[in-house]
Amino acid sequence: MASVDVIGVRKAFGHVEVVHGVDVTIRDGEFVILVGPSGCGKTTLLRMIAGLENVTSGEIRIGGQIVNDLPPKMRDIAMVFQNYALYPHLTVGQNMGFSLKLKKASPAEINSRVAEAAEILGLQSLLDRYPRQLSGGQRQRVAMGRAIVRDPQVFLFDEPLSNLDAKLRVAMRAEIKELHRRLATTTVYVTHDQIEAMTMADKIVVMHGGIVEQIGAPLELYDRPANQFVAGFIGSPAMNFLSGTLNVKGGTPHLTLADGAEVPLHKAPAGSDGRPMVLGVRPENLLVAQEGLAAEVGVVEPMGSETQIAVKAGGHALICLIRDRLMPKPGDMLRLAPEPAHVHFFEAETGRRIDAV
Amino acid sequence: MSRARKHLAARVAIYTCLIAMALFVLGPLYVMVITSLKHMSEISSGNILALPHIPTIAPWLVSAHKLSAGFLNSVKILIPSVIISIAVGAIAGYALQFWRLPGASLLVLILLIGAFIPYAVFIYPLVRILAFFGLFGTLTGIVIVHTTFGLPVMTILFKNFYSSLPVELFKAARVDGAGFWRIFASIVFPMSTPIVIVAVILQVTGIWNDFLLGLVFAGRDNMPMTVELNNIVTTTTGTRFYNQDMAATILTAAVPLLVYLVSGRWFVRGITAGAVKG
Repeated sequence: MASVDVIGVRKAFGHVEVVHGVDVTIRDGEFVILVGPSGCGKTTLLRMIAGLENVTSGEIRIGGQIVNDLPPKMRDIAMVFQNYALYPHLTVGQNMGFSLKLKKASPAEINSRVAEAAEILGLQSLLDRYPRQLSGGQRQRVAMGRAIVRDPQVFLFDEPLSNLDAKLRVAMRAEIKELHRRLATTTVYVTHDQIEAMTMADKIVVMHGGIVEQIGAPLELYDRPANQFVAGFIGSPAMNFLSGTLNVKGGTPHLTLADGAEVPLHKAPAGSDGRPMVLGVRPENLLVAQEGLAAEVGVVEPMGSETQIAVKAGGHALICLIRDRLMPKPGDMLRLAPEPAHVHFFEAETGRRIDAV
Repeated sequence: MSRARKHLAARVAIYTCLIAMALFVLGPLYVMVITSLKHMSEISSGNILALPHIPTIAPWLVSAHKLSAGFLNSVKILIPSVIISIAVGAIAGYALQFWRLPGASLLVLILLIGAFIPYAVFIYPLVRILAFFGLFGTLTGIVIVHTTFGLPVMTILFKNFYSSLPVELFKAARVDGAGFWRIFASIVFPMSTPIVIVAVILQVTGIWNDFLLGLVFAGRDNMPMTVELNNIVTTTTGTRFYNQDMAATILTAAVPLLVYLVSGRWFVRGITAGAVKG
């Protein structure tokens, strides 16, 4: 087990730079998820950690040792790929034991370690099968088994659950988390699914356009997103954004939208009177109130425990998540007010978070 | 016309065309087979399309005897040429596809050009080169020539096949600790069966049917079967034994024919193997 340090790492393919100087510190035993939309550089970063891509500049350290110029096999890492990459002509047991065979381990040792990993993953009865004879979930497990057998310093996962159906994905999510708890091996996990990131990670690294937008614990990112991108990316349904101008009238601040509608606020960033601003409110913090922003109901999606209502207000499409069994009909008018303690302010030009006082 | 009758008419047209083409192709073969089973007297007097009155296998035995040395020479040329060209082509295709070598795409372009230049162009310079190394007119020389001419197509064939394999397999093997040769031997080559079969068919038929290179490079002692056949058939003195000529021709063609019959199924499968990601 080891820490992983990514220091000022850049990656260019030819003249196109895709990773623009990334710093990430991963502590020994930590489960870190790199998350972001496709093309944000997260997979490239993972491959650089694995040694499958060269680092253009910067440093990658595993356990304190600079590994920039080490080939993958010298880095003591194991990787699980999105399409599993099981060797089709080898049995499950041979797939899992391949790396040990290359290390010239004795057959007895290979067998015992494969058996051990198979037991952890419940693959004992499948060791003599070929990958084509397995279901998607089983293949996924074999791919993890191949990683576990090596007892590496770091596990690398490249979108391992994307090829599974929704139900299996949820089950495997829990399984991977449990596995990490048992083995406590440092893990770097790449996904574009923010729910995977929120549910599994000790620490999330949100990437966008080749840079790191924010690093933090899941709820830290949820409660205090550093900028509008993170705010919109983390959380489902996504945060609502209202852009307008802040006005302080008679001591109470309001956000005046483009069409003149006003959102009453309880607090606002200091010195923000008259400044253009983006207000962020999560769907569950947008409450139906006696007075507030007038909104016309669009689609209503009751899910039992909660109801998701799409509304149009002040030229913005907003989503409202309510727990009451309030069943408005399309076309109804509602009044919406953000929960005072749960509003986020972002600078209109930069999208940076501004804390309210 | 009703739809059923239209359908029938189309069927009739298709079958008429197919049967006509089959007859056109098989007609000469029919003449060859029946002629090879006739006595010379019957050939000179009779109808070319008629079945033999008194069949004989004597022409076959004579031809087989005459061609036996050529057959052995062809086998001696064929086996090393096929194995070496496929082995080197597979390794080169693997290296070009998976290891991002500098200048790889330029190399592929050169190979493509190489695959399309008629090889008659190279004969004279190759003669000089082989003569320089003392290999002209030797078995080694002709094997080198066949291997060289086979390489561009073999390399491109394997490279294209490997481009259809998921690259993650290669990456997983690298992470597992395998190097260049180990990945090739343990992962990539075992998955190459369909394309190896295609390559074997292409090379066996190509090298077996070769006449020109064998004539020029093999030397007197290593004349392949095709050259021997030509010597038998185009002999200018004495009576021409048509029955023996026919038998000899069929015998020479038998090897590639057999390869097609045995592996035709695989051939089609190999060609389409890259189409569906397995």
